[in-house]
Amino acid sequence: MTPLENEIAGVKRELISMWILVQSQLNKAKEAMVKFDKDLAREVLIKEKRVNSFELKIDRDCENIFALHCPVAVDLRFLLAALKINTNLERIGDIAAGIALYVVESSVNFDIKALESTSLIRMYDEAVNILIDTRTAFEKEDTELARSIFKRDDVLDTINENAPVTVAEVIKGDMNSIPEALYILSVIRKLERVGDQAKNIAEEIIFYIEAKILKHLASSQKMIDGEEDE
Amino acid sequence: MEHTVVSSSKFNAWFGDNHVVKDVSIGIEKNQVIAVMGPSGCGKTTFLRCINRMHELIPGATTKGSMKLYDDDVYTMNPIWVRYKIGMVFQRPNPFPNLSIYDNVVAGYKLNGLKMPKAEMDQIVEKSLTSAALWNEVKDSLHKKGTFLSGGQQQRLCIARAIAMQPEVILFDEPTSALDPISTSSVEQLFHELKENYTLIIVTHNMQQAARVSDKTAFFYLGELVEFDDTKQMFTAPSDVRTQNYITGRFS
Repeated sequence: MTPLENEIAGVKRELISMWILVQSQLNKAKEAMVKFDKDLAREVLIKEKRVNSFELKIDRDCENIFALHCPVAVDLRFLLAALKINTNLERIGDIAAGIALYVVESSVNFDIKALESTSLIRMYDEAVNILIDTRTAFEKEDTELARSIFKRDDVLDTINENAPVTVAEVIKGDMNSIPEALYILSVIRKLERVGDQAKNIAEEIIFYIEAKILKHLASSQKMIDGEEDE
Repeated sequence: MEHTVVSSSKFNAWFGDNHVVKDVSIGIEKNQVIAVMGPSGCGKTTFLRCINRMHELIPGATTKGSMKLYDDDVYTMNPIWVRYKIGMVFQRPNPFPNLSIYDNVVAGYKLNGLKMPKAEMDQIVEKSLTSAALWNEVKDSLHKKGTFLSGGQQQRLCIARAIAMQPEVILFDEPTSALDPISTSSVEQLFHELKENYTLIIVTHNMQQAARVSDKTAFFYLGELVEFDDTKQMFTAPSDVRTQNYITGRFS
């Protein structure tokens, strides 16, 4: 391996480690929410600093590679993608911390029935699965899997669009549940953004591997882009 | 094409039995900077030297195929005229050591016995040195020997010498490989200015230089022209895996 290849492999390893941490943060925030475990929620808040450290380290490593190795072609595309994936992962980390903060600050625990009737649990699981699959797509350089993310994000969008109605139903059922219902609505909004971040990451994976730019295309176009060329 | 200055079609070159350039077809447009790169021995310098028939000065060298300057076949033109129209600057600055700066610039005229009034010659010297971004540095010492200049200045003097003949195309064979970074930078800046009036074809081993200065890049490998495309495209998403492997340093 050339020194540049070694450096790039190092950035890839760091990104994957960050990915695993962010995924763990999301899972723990969910568990804290479902079990109303404030200690676990606090752990997520503390570990958020590690996510931030990863972001700074990866930024700095990329900066050094640009300065010292003048990367081109696939190496250049990888590093540009790595910088953006890094930012997206850090934001997902922020979202996990935000959810954990609700648990820490909430005086009432979440009603499981409300979490289910609003499809929050299903949405959460799908968001985590999408994040896992973007990591797999990145590790295996699998652009087909990356493309599948665009369609799967529609599930999150639908639950988010229906949220005003489903959350209103929770409130109608028990007027005392308004604070809890508002937390649920906020978490749904946050998870919708996880889907958007995952889509951004999928676009970067395709850019890095295929040199195709999918930004600002409709999901349906993103799904088919490039397949006609093959 | 109207804007195509130099074009080759299925062009081949040999040194004896050694087939160095293989079926190269390329069209180079006017007022562009073209970088030619590839690993050592890939035929890039030989191809460059074939453009103005420097190649044939080597015993045993032969060519086949078409090489044109506009619509004229370079290989049926008078070779002296070809080199008027297609100038060349070499790797190491090579001003004539016994000639003054002034005489170096107009060496092409003097060595070919082309006479002209002194005022006209003065004008050519000033214009050429100005175009080579050297006039302000040497205007008070035009009659000193060219070899007293720094390496970067000597190379710009050689560029002025090429410009003085009013060529259409200037060929550069690794023109900054013997220069320090400051001199390299001034010569690279000069490329941007020269392309207003000339077409530049530059062989370089320095990929960052190719990326910085050229509009299009040609990649040669084992005598073949593998890829010829916009430099931005070539350095972000090359279409051939051999190009990608070369520019990312995965083989040399």
